[in-house]
Parts: sequence; C-alpha cells; structure tokens
Amino acid sequence: MAVSVNEAVSAGPAPDQRPPGRRRRGRGRVAIEVAVLAVLAAVMLFPVLWMIETSIKENRDVYAIPAKFFDFTITLDHFKDVFVASGGGPSTLSGSFLNSVIVAGVSTVLATVLGVPAAWAYSRFSVKAKKDQLFFILSTRFMPPVVVVIPIFLMYRQVGLFDTKLGLILIYTAFNVPFTIWMMKGFVDEVPAEYEDAAMLDGYTRLQAFWKFTLPLLLPGIAATAVFALIFSWNEFVFAIFLTSSDAVRTAPPAIAGLIGGTTVDWGLVAAASIVFALPVLVFSYLVRKHLVAGVTLGAVRR
Amino acid sequence: MSDPVSLTDHPVREASSTPPAPGRSRHLSDRWLTVAFISPALLLLLAMSVFPLLWALYLSFTDYSATRGGPATFVWFENFTAILTSAQVHMRAFTTLLYVVGAVTLQTVLGFSIAYLISRRVRGRGVLTTLFLVPMMLSPVVVGLFWRFMLDAQFGVINSMLGSLGLGQVEWLTKQNTALISLIVVDTWQWTPFIMLIALAGLTAVPKYLYEAASIDRASEWFRFRTITLPLVWPLLLIAVLFRAIEAFRLFDLVYILTSGGPGVSTETLSFHVYKVAFLGFNTGTASAYGILMVLIVIVLAQLYMRYLNKLKED
Repeated sequence: MAVSVNEAVSAGPAPDQRPPGRRRRGRGRVAIEVAVLAVLAAVMLFPVLWMIETSIKENRDVYAIPAKFFDFTITLDHFKDVFVASGGGPSTLSGSFLNSVIVAGVSTVLATVLGVPAAWAYSRFSVKAKKDQLFFILSTRFMPPVVVVIPIFLMYRQVGLFDTKLGLILIYTAFNVPFTIWMMKGFVDEVPAEYEDAAMLDGYTRLQAFWKFTLPLLLPGIAATAVFALIFSWNEFVFAIFLTSSDAVRTAPPAIAGLIGGTTVDWGLVAAASIVFALPVLVFSYLVRKHLVAGVTLGAVRR
Repeated sequence: MSDPVSLTDHPVREASSTPPAPGRSRHLSDRWLTVAFISPALLLLLAMSVFPLLWALYLSFTDYSATRGGPATFVWFENFTAILTSAQVHMRAFTTLLYVVGAVTLQTVLGFSIAYLISRRVRGRGVLTTLFLVPMMLSPVVVGLFWRFMLDAQFGVINSMLGSLGLGQVEWLTKQNTALISLIVVDTWQWTPFIMLIALAGLTAVPKYLYEAASIDRASEWFRFRTITLPLVWPLLLIAVLFRAIEAFRLFDLVYILTSGGPGVSTETLSFHVYKVAFLGFNTGTASAYGILMVLIVIVLAQLYMRYLNKLKED
C-alpha cells in the first residue's frame, strides 16, 4: 500500500468530543493554525506567482522599482520570444525544447524496457545476494553527478559520444534504470505470484505468464514510473551542461540557464521559458500524485 | 559496495538435490529468465556507472590532465594526500557541512510543522498538499534562476518588499555572509515540501485508536505528540532527512546558477570545487581523487539510509 496524497486527504482527525470550554479554546487555536498555514502557503507559492507575473509583464514593468504587483500591462511577447526568433523562424530555445523531448522521451522508454523485466525478476526469483544487488543498483543513483561526469566526459570524448543526443540518452537511461527497478519492484511485489503459478498450471510458460497476466496488471505502475523517469530526465542539468556544447544538441535546462550569461538579462524571457519548461512537469506530477512518496524517494519508501 | 561483476554470470549455483524432471526444466528456464531480464540493466549500469568510477579511481592515482593530454604518470597517493591536507578543501568541507546541516535542519523543522498542521485539518487537505508540493517538482535550474531574479539587490522583489516595509536593502547573493544563507533559504524553499510529503505520509499512518485511547486518559496534547506521534513518525522522518542530506551533499546545479560559488569562495561546496578543479583547472587526476573521496562519503550515507530503510520495512 503506497501512501498517497488522496489517502492523506480522506482520513480526518478523531471527532471533537471535548467539553464546551475546551472546545472554545480549541476554536481559537484552529484559527491560529489555519492562519499560520495560509501564511506558509503564501510564502511557498509567492515565487511561483511572481514568476508567472514576470512572464506576462512588459520589460519596463519587470524592472520597475518598487516592484509592481498588480498594475501592469499584460503582454504575451515573452512567450512568443521563447518559440520564435527575432527574425522569424523557430528560436534556439524551441530547438532545445525539442531536444529535451527527444532525450527525455527515448531515455525513459529505454529505462522502462530495461528496468521493468529486471524488477519483475528481482521480485519473483531468488537471486544470489539480492539485497546487495539492489543496494548496489540504488547506490549508483546516489553518486554525485559532478564526480561521475568527469570520467564520462573523457569516455565520451574518446568514443565520439560527446555533444550527441545518443550520449545524453545513454547516461539518462543509466540514471533512470535504478529508479525504475526500485519503483517497479514495489509494484510487482503487489501482484500475487499465484497468478503466474495458476497460468503456468494451465500450460503457459513463465514468460507467457508474465507477458499475458502480470504485465497488464503492472501497466498503471509502469505508467507512473515512466512519468517520474521522464520528469527526472527533463529536469536534469549537470550531465546536460557538461556533455553538450552545441545548440543543436543542448537540452532546455542548460539553454535556459544560458539566458543569463550576457551582460543584460531579459528576465521576462527567462520567466516565460521557465514556465514553458515547468508546466509539463507540474501537469505530469499531478497525474502521478498518488505515487509521489515512492517516486521522490526513488521507489524506496512505500508503506 | 558489492562486487557487481559476479552478479551477471552467477547462475552456476547447482541445485544440491535434483528436483523431478518437469520441475527441473521449469527451474532452469526461471534461471535463464532471471539472467536474461536482469543482466541488460546491470550491464548498462556497469558500463555507465561502475566503469567510469573505476576509471576515475585509476586517474586519481595519476597526474593526468584532460587538456594537456599525453600519457598519465602514476603519482600514487599524492593526489589524495594533497586533497586531505589542503586548507582550501577543509574550508569547502566546512561550507558544505554548514550548508547541509543548515538546509536539512530548516527543511525538517518547517516540513514537519507544515505536515503536522495539515494533518490536523479536515477540509482542504488535498488542495493544500498539492499547492505546497509545487516547488519540489521544479527543476533546480528554474528554481535557481528565479530566486536569483527575486534576490537581485537592485530590482529584486525581495528587496523591494523590504524597502516598502522601511527596511534596508540586503545584498543577498553578493555579500560573503548572506550568500550562503540565501543558498540555504532557496534550498529550503524547494525541499521543505519533500519532508512535508513524507512526514504527512507518516502522520496519516498513525492509527487513530491510539489518539482516542490517549484522549480517554485525558492525556495532554503535548504528551500525545511526544509519546504517540513522534515515535511513530520518527523512523520515516529519519529516512527523509538522510535522503535530503545525501542530495544536499551532492548538490551542484543550484550553486552553479545562484552564486557560482561566489562571492569569493563563500558558497563553494565540495561539489562545486570538484567542478572547478576538473573543468576550469583541468587537473583531472586531482579532481578524480577528490571525486572518489566524495563517493566514499556518499556510500557511507547511502549505507545508513539503506539500514534505516530495512529497519522500517521489517517493522
């Protein structure tokens, strides 16, 4: 059973059975608690709201001192600039978004294809030193990317994978496989092995039993896992900036970060690009909100 | 770390007692399936994670430089002793420690408090939780860029708000002592939801009858919190804290975008220093030794993490 946001919503505290005097004091406390929560929520959300505001402000309002919160003219120019170059035609940023889609998409598919069968095998069969193997798998995901990128950089330079989409796809796949295995193992554990045993009594081979009976039951879990892998690859920055150099290959995170390189920074454009970049992530994470606890702990915590 | 090489070609363990014929063939095919299903994933990890680390280990004993090229000469433990005795590295380690402890502590306190407050609400829980989770899902690039804009000394909105409250301007990212604090604040903003999410999972899993029993005994709220809530949520919270500590320790992108280690070296964490040694100084050998030492720390932390995780699963 995975703890989900929805479950957290449904369970309420025990009904209030305190004497009236206490209850009145309790009501004051509730008001304070609600106020504190509201303030905290406002603080947490303000940067996001400010980013949205900045993206639809005209440049002179973006740099206004004191900052303008409400009275500004709304413009969608920054969003146009994200996709369309000043001379017409697609912008460099839009190209990097396309690269991101390709790299994140392909690496997610590969990680799923490699990870799901492995997770199933780890869940179903007795494997020598299973705990150690699983620990080893997860620990590769914990390696500091800045450290891993040094030998990878040298390796890629040697074999001609530096500044190629294939290079990025490979490293992202390697970095998503441990997550996929851990996350999927949890889902496979939830499907009773007896289904496969029953199918095998009916004459199916183990492989057919997996393919015809277990896999369809795993599909929702596979979808959730793939969405997380997609988000991780989409957001990844360190490998992307060190293993690419040309605009033709560069994915969106380093391209957006590159917007602040010059002497003047077009913060409206940065904000708009950030929103275009973050929106799919927010939509996708809303879709997998039931599995967030497992997803953000790399599949390790599920109860 | 376990030796991964032995994993891929392991199906040599012969069954000591020979099972009956049909069972045996099924057993064999199971074993074949296991190898066929697990080895591709492990091979990829070997090629993309283990091999690079072994290469880094080799380089860490040499004076190789990625730009100079040429053959690497062995210097044995020179790189390691140079790093471990360098005052510069000690300072980076101290900065990293301050950052990790500061950020993780703040996140834990804030995240747990928010989770506790949310768990006491009946209505609006789902909406509140979803809203609070937004920062966590954003890319560190987006988070870093955006806070850099908000903390800008000249036209940043934070200083603008301080100004309208009649307070002075603060040079958030360009003063030695405020830069690290800003980094901690931004990291806390992004990752408080993480602790909150996991604490909330723990809090909602506390069985209600325990509270009911306690309220029959007229136990005080603080007593209930201390004797019921905290002991039951603590194991899960500890895992979240360790996870965050590992992530904070290896953090690079936020530093890179927010401060680039500056002003001076005041926000240069170990991760960022490795990057400078490797990609700006091109002392690949030294950087590899540096990296190997960091990997060792991560492995120790990850061991701890796994130990608590196993404990949690056994309970």
